[in-house]
Amino acid sequence: MEILYAIFIAPFVEMGAYPDLFIQALWDGFVAGTLYGLIALGFVLIFKASGVFNFSQPILVVLAALSLVSFYQMGVPAWISVILVLIMFYALAWLVERLILRQLVNQDGNILFMSTIGLTFIIIGAAQWIFGGVPSAMIVDELGFPNGSLEWPMFGGGVYFEMIDVSAAVIAVIMIVILAVFFSKTKIGRGLRAVADDHQAALSVGISLNQIWVIVWFVAGIVALVTGIFWGARSDVSFALQIIGFKALPVLIIGGFTSIQGAIIGGLIIGLGEKIFEIYWGPLLGSGVEGWFAYVIALVFLLYRPQGLFGDKLIERV
Amino acid sequence: MSENNSVLMEVKNINLRFGGVVAIQNVSFDIYEGEIRAIIGPNGAGKSSMLNVINGFYHPQEGEVWFNGEKRPSMEPYQIAKTGIARTFQNIALFKGMTTIENVMTGRQLKMNKNFFWQMLRYGPAIEEEVEHRRRCEEIIDFLEINHIRKTPVGALPYGLQKRVELARALAMDPKILLLDEPMAGMNVEEKQDMSRFIIDVNEEFGTTIALIEHDMAVVMDLADRVVVLDYGKLLADGTPTEVQSNQAVIDAYLGVPH
Repeated sequence: MEILYAIFIAPFVEMGAYPDLFIQALWDGFVAGTLYGLIALGFVLIFKASGVFNFSQPILVVLAALSLVSFYQMGVPAWISVILVLIMFYALAWLVERLILRQLVNQDGNILFMSTIGLTFIIIGAAQWIFGGVPSAMIVDELGFPNGSLEWPMFGGGVYFEMIDVSAAVIAVIMIVILAVFFSKTKIGRGLRAVADDHQAALSVGISLNQIWVIVWFVAGIVALVTGIFWGARSDVSFALQIIGFKALPVLIIGGFTSIQGAIIGGLIIGLGEKIFEIYWGPLLGSGVEGWFAYVIALVFLLYRPQGLFGDKLIERV
Repeated sequence: MSENNSVLMEVKNINLRFGGVVAIQNVSFDIYEGEIRAIIGPNGAGKSSMLNVINGFYHPQEGEVWFNGEKRPSMEPYQIAKTGIARTFQNIALFKGMTTIENVMTGRQLKMNKNFFWQMLRYGPAIEEEVEHRRRCEEIIDFLEINHIRKTPVGALPYGLQKRVELARALAMDPKILLLDEPMAGMNVEEKQDMSRFIIDVNEEFGTTIALIEHDMAVVMDLADRVVVLDYGKLLADGTPTEVQSNQAVIDAYLGVPH
């Protein structure tokens, strides 16, 4: 009886009793969710354009954050550093297309996947060699993001909004909207979906695979940079950021690998879900719920809706 | 078929090898403006390879492709598509996740040149452009009688209809030459008749020059203005269907041999 009460009633009583705490949890979950969504978006873009799960996306996030901080430490002004990182990512996109993807046109998705694993290790090695592996702080203040926090008194308590979280949420939402429109309304977006489906057919209607790939890898780089800045602000800038990148996996499974809105909704489900669950049900299970919650949800989806909420349903004619 | 027989495309002395395997050996022929040109031959004769040379998937070791009276430099397939060459594939290459109309719209990709920025903002001229191209696609869809499947993802369609969607996509490019790689492979008699009718209609109504590969001799003899016969990568005969049919070498290599 007592256990049933603890599971089904007590958490809700608590939510009602301390609404300020509940709203705080929602906000924290929302911010984490948009950031998860942003990481997942990087995967989705490349998956949509080439049907490849890009294993190197998390390391791109690390590379972005690390190089941004390093440029700044070398004495380059903060915003110039951002531009330098963007130029670097454009060069990287071009190199990846030239040296890897172009050689693998029409190959099986698994082969491309393996090549992104290889790329990951090349980037890890190169980044450690060039930038070193010492963790450092993200240069959020220098980039002009407001710091401090905002307290909003309500229900006799107060809800804290960290300014950096507000910036993160706002910028994530803006980026998501721009990307969604870009890929659904423009001819580049249509070309991208065409390339994902069939390389030969895309070529035959005059779509340049090379151009599309450079564009998506560059856009994925931009997404990695934004993600790197805000995740870097929440923890240190180090190679450990990679691990957060893989949180995108359950997000993708929930949202669907091919859907931009899926990445966002999936991110929010995981972000909000793990926060709320941790606070209200966590004590029943011991701590550390945040570590596995996402994966359990993903498992449920794999069992009952493997294409995810918004993924393309797999049509297979026999 | 047009009256003046002006040459639209000419392939000259094409040699194509894969390692030690000779796929095409010194083949030359031309395609007149507005005709239906068939390429026939037994399996492995080099027919598809020839189409792939014309459309740029293969780069021959020797030989020239002349198009519109000019020698074509070595180009990538997507660049060749821009010059007005569209094609379909033997094993259907559609964008399976997209609907019929979306597939056909990809054929207009090259003709849409409004800036992506305006497209994102749904700015007037960009919308007008989209509407204009959409109209053309709807016309083609009407023409090929695939109205009823406009919004169906093509992966779910039966084989015969997929072939027709593929034809629609190629037509949407308003090509100067349409290359069809076995447009009737795997179809039953009725579907073949439909497809033949569409090919003739396309040729007559749009004036599109067509080069096609086909196995069914009866179909080829009905459709084609002129026929090229390949065998083991070599040119065996070239002429009207009647000429080709009575050519002894062709009869020996292809027609006369029971399968």
